[in-house]
Amino acid sequence: MSLYYLQKFLYELNRDEDTQAAFRKDPGDVLDKYELTPEERRALEEGDIGLLYVLGVNGQILMHYAAFLGIEWFDYLEKMRAGVSMHGPVRAGIYAMTGGGDSFTPEGTTKDKGK
Amino acid sequence: MSLVYAGVLSHAPGITGRAGLVKNVEKRDEFYAALDRQRQEIEASGAQALMVMAAEHFANFFMNNMPAFCIGIGEKYSGPIEDPAWLKIDKAEVPGAPDLSRRLAQDILQTVDVAYAEEWKFDHGIMVPLHFLTPKFDLPVIPVNINCQGPPLTPLHRAWAFGEAVRRAADAVPEKIAVVGTGGISHWPATPDSGKINEAWDRDFLDRLTRFDKDALLSYSDEETYRDAGQGGFEIRTYIAAAAAAGGPCDVQFFTSELPIFAVSCTVARFEISPRNQ
Repeated sequence: MSLYYLQKFLYELNRDEDTQAAFRKDPGDVLDKYELTPEERRALEEGDIGLLYVLGVNGQILMHYAAFLGIEWFDYLEKMRAGVSMHGPVRAGIYAMTGGGDSFTPEGTTKDKGK
Repeated sequence: MSLVYAGVLSHAPGITGRAGLVKNVEKRDEFYAALDRQRQEIEASGAQALMVMAAEHFANFFMNNMPAFCIGIGEKYSGPIEDPAWLKIDKAEVPGAPDLSRRLAQDILQTVDVAYAEEWKFDHGIMVPLHFLTPKFDLPVIPVNINCQGPPLTPLHRAWAFGEAVRRAADAVPEKIAVVGTGGISHWPATPDSGKINEAWDRDFLDRLTRFDKDALLSYSDEETYRDAGQGGFEIRTYIAAAAAAGGPCDVQFFTSELPIFAVSCTVARFEISPRNQ
């Protein structure tokens, strides 16, 4: 389990515009610098928010990555729920006790994503 | 005394970033008005610098080198790290207070091992408060971080000790200083449970804060907080430190749980600054 390095990559991506530019240009080249499991690497390459959440990425890091990918807020929440539905409960990290979650925002209960 | 203002406020990114998605616009605008009154109170206090006790979210500090406490001593800072279009706050340069913050850090170190940083990129945890409290970014800022995010977390009683150290240090300098603690109370931000709020837990916490009940404020275990208030509840450390700095009870000027799109109950409070009795 290399959750530490998975989160470290996202931490550095989130705060550093040079890393963002390099990742947009050649994701594989940037990810080579981190000790990631094949599953973690695939999740990053595919922008799989649901799997990244299940793998244990802290939402304060994941939220920024989702914004970086241009994912709208309610889509971000749904992708995490879908991840739990597909892959099971969060496996590690601070959310290991957190489930799939319900919608607590009335704004998010409609299909209108407020765009 | 040179601590001239002490208060707390919420900082969630949705407060600015998702303002346009709010259905209860009237309540949102009441909240914004309360934040603007807080700005006016800080300005009226004559504060020459604003210390923001924050719970930053992996913008500067990561699990490779996580301080329990850190104070900024830089000449300037920048933020937000987030996409400005997402947070709806433009990137800006924020002035620091290098000389003052170094003197404060030196005094705080007499009792609390605070780390310091000359570089600091602000995330929403500081930029949202500044957006409301010094919208032109023209008040020198002293950022402070308390580790509320990456366990092992800063113990609550150490957050209290830190607040007391800040107060002692502030009282030893001639400059007028305002302090705000900023965090959630209960919330589950950036998770599928985003928008969940334990209003009863929040009101009980604010009651303890209002009464300046130190024992009650420090009695939460992290396990209880996580269970009842989510991982966002760990940010009570910032409120506790601000209370200890003020040394007195607070007046909750605004509270609502009716804006779940902001993923937190929205709070504005001001402390009574009591004379030091140590």
